[in-house]
Amino acid sequence: MADKQAQTKGYMSCAMEWIDARFPLTSNIKNHLTEYYAPKNFNFWYFFGSLAMLVLVLQILTGIFLTMHYKPDAELAFASVEYIMRDVFGGNIIRYMHSTGASMFFVVVYLHMFRGIIYGSYRNPRELIWLFGVAIFLCLMGEAFFGYLLPWGQMSYWGAQVIVNLFSAVPFIGPDLSEWLRGDYLVSDATLNRFFAFHVIALPLVLLGLVVVHLIALHEVGSNNPDGVEIKAKKDKKTGIPLDGIPFHPYYTVKDLVGVAVFLIVFAAIIFFAPEMGGYFLEANNFVPADPLKTPAHIAPVWYFTPYYSILRAVPPVLNSQFPGVAAMGLSVVAFAFLPWLDKSPVKSIRYRGSLYKRWLAAFVVSFLVLGYLGTVPSNVWGQFGSWLGGADRATVVARIFTTIYFLFFILMPWYTAKDKTKPVPERVTY
Amino acid sequence: MKKLLLSLVFLPLIALASEAEITVAAPIDPSDQASLQRGARTFVNNCLNCHSANYMRYNRLQDIGLTEKQIKDNLLFAGEKVGDTMKVAMNPKDAKKWFGVAPPDLSVAVRARGADWIYAYLRGFYRDGTTLSGWNNIVFDKVAMPHVLYELQGEQVLNHETHQLEVVKPGRMNPEEYDAFVADLTNYMAFMAEPAKQQRQWIGLWVLLFLGVLLVLTIKLKKAYWKDIK
Repeated sequence: MADKQAQTKGYMSCAMEWIDARFPLTSNIKNHLTEYYAPKNFNFWYFFGSLAMLVLVLQILTGIFLTMHYKPDAELAFASVEYIMRDVFGGNIIRYMHSTGASMFFVVVYLHMFRGIIYGSYRNPRELIWLFGVAIFLCLMGEAFFGYLLPWGQMSYWGAQVIVNLFSAVPFIGPDLSEWLRGDYLVSDATLNRFFAFHVIALPLVLLGLVVVHLIALHEVGSNNPDGVEIKAKKDKKTGIPLDGIPFHPYYTVKDLVGVAVFLIVFAAIIFFAPEMGGYFLEANNFVPADPLKTPAHIAPVWYFTPYYSILRAVPPVLNSQFPGVAAMGLSVVAFAFLPWLDKSPVKSIRYRGSLYKRWLAAFVVSFLVLGYLGTVPSNVWGQFGSWLGGADRATVVARIFTTIYFLFFILMPWYTAKDKTKPVPERVTY
Repeated sequence: MKKLLLSLVFLPLIALASEAEITVAAPIDPSDQASLQRGARTFVNNCLNCHSANYMRYNRLQDIGLTEKQIKDNLLFAGEKVGDTMKVAMNPKDAKKWFGVAPPDLSVAVRARGADWIYAYLRGFYRDGTTLSGWNNIVFDKVAMPHVLYELQGEQVLNHETHQLEVVKPGRMNPEEYDAFVADLTNYMAFMAEPAKQQRQWIGLWVLLFLGVLLVLTIKLKKAYWKDIK
């Protein structure tokens, strides 16, 4: 009987029927791919979501192979990385994929977040997607931080030392808290072991779970688009399909493939020709093994943390406590979570916003970039002002100004988005 | 928007910070096997007495054109096996007693310091009566290492008015010969810091070529599918 069916329907559809009776495979493919209707007017900015997913998969795959050869032991870690670079077949490529992948993850995630901001993708009904996204971003920062200790070079070591010490600024419980995090009085083998555990299992699990709920929430409400128009408001009367919607597969799968190819060209160019990226992806000082007795003259985090690091340095201590700086740094990251409720504009997309909003957004982007740059250099990089400003470091004063702008972008948002002169939004998307 | 994106990606590159003031680029050529082989010999004969290269295996020198027999005959002196890494017999504790600091492992020195710095350092020793060893270095003030190669380079002093080094007692080599000798050594140390670098770049060319073809195909595929979207 089974054979007869197979002759008429083909083995493939037979297999699908067998599975569908036991697992909702066909309905899942429909719900999330072939009958998930995405707006047809996605532009360049919409590549970065799928690219973030691609980088996540690459990081997990390369990470598995690195874990096979890496030794999370303060005596052996540095040497085991060099062993991977020299003696493991293809090890240098895998390691560079992973180290470059870390930086590229932040590149695509920052661009993905920027897309969400300019097109108002965080607005009703997508607040939860945005919140899950902010959680992914926080998780990613933790993942990057823990992973950066593993090569056990000077920058790994002292970077971790500085960041864990931040927790000692927390009032009352601070010193105990940072000691508890390190598992020792200073960053040591115990710290390396637990950071390894966080990096290879704890955070990746959380990250994957968050990505799943991020996508479930997205597919529930549907994607936003560059016009910020809800495509579900205008449906075909007969089929119930949004008039401006096209099936994600095959249309956006084939389109995203173009993005993947372009991304991989950039990615491969870095991996094969500039894996250190001039010291920004792999810092020169990290080729010196960690030495707890030798503090480097200049400790800077990797580039993707530098805007927040600048904010930390810019906030002056209050009553001899660094806590305000630490709190400001934390707030500068968490602030993104409040966007859905801070934005009072009647329109979502930057295309229909007025110049007031655009100016604030531009000021924010400039602040982010300048703070990012300043975080990579010592605070005396631009010399000092004269005695009229108390001889303050020029870079510190500039960082303080841009830190203020950074926060004003969020704090004043309810005001300037409400006051802004918006343009009329079209009924349907423009394509 | 596109400009904004570009600046997002490339701003960190423009902001490249320069560390020490090294003005001379090391004249090294990673494809010059003869230079790499001379540098390897210099490294094994001179550096490897105090400095280890614990991550570098002798047989990796096959990558710069030496045969296993040549390595065994010319570069292995103390019964090491050709698959061993370049270890040093000196005990780090003794070394610390003698020099004040244990000589660092040099496997990845070029990646930590840069080839230009190594080249400048090896040419930058000068006589200085105020230090323990009697030597100082123009790119590494009060360095613990004495000038091991002074018989070749001769002795330099620092002219405090011009801030230039001047040879006061010639060595066995003239300045051009010494510079070439040090360039070979730097070239070798750059190779040792990442032996697979050249191979990596070679693979990279093929990968980019493949991805270029893939890009053209994906663009054609996208256009074919999107024909009916109006």
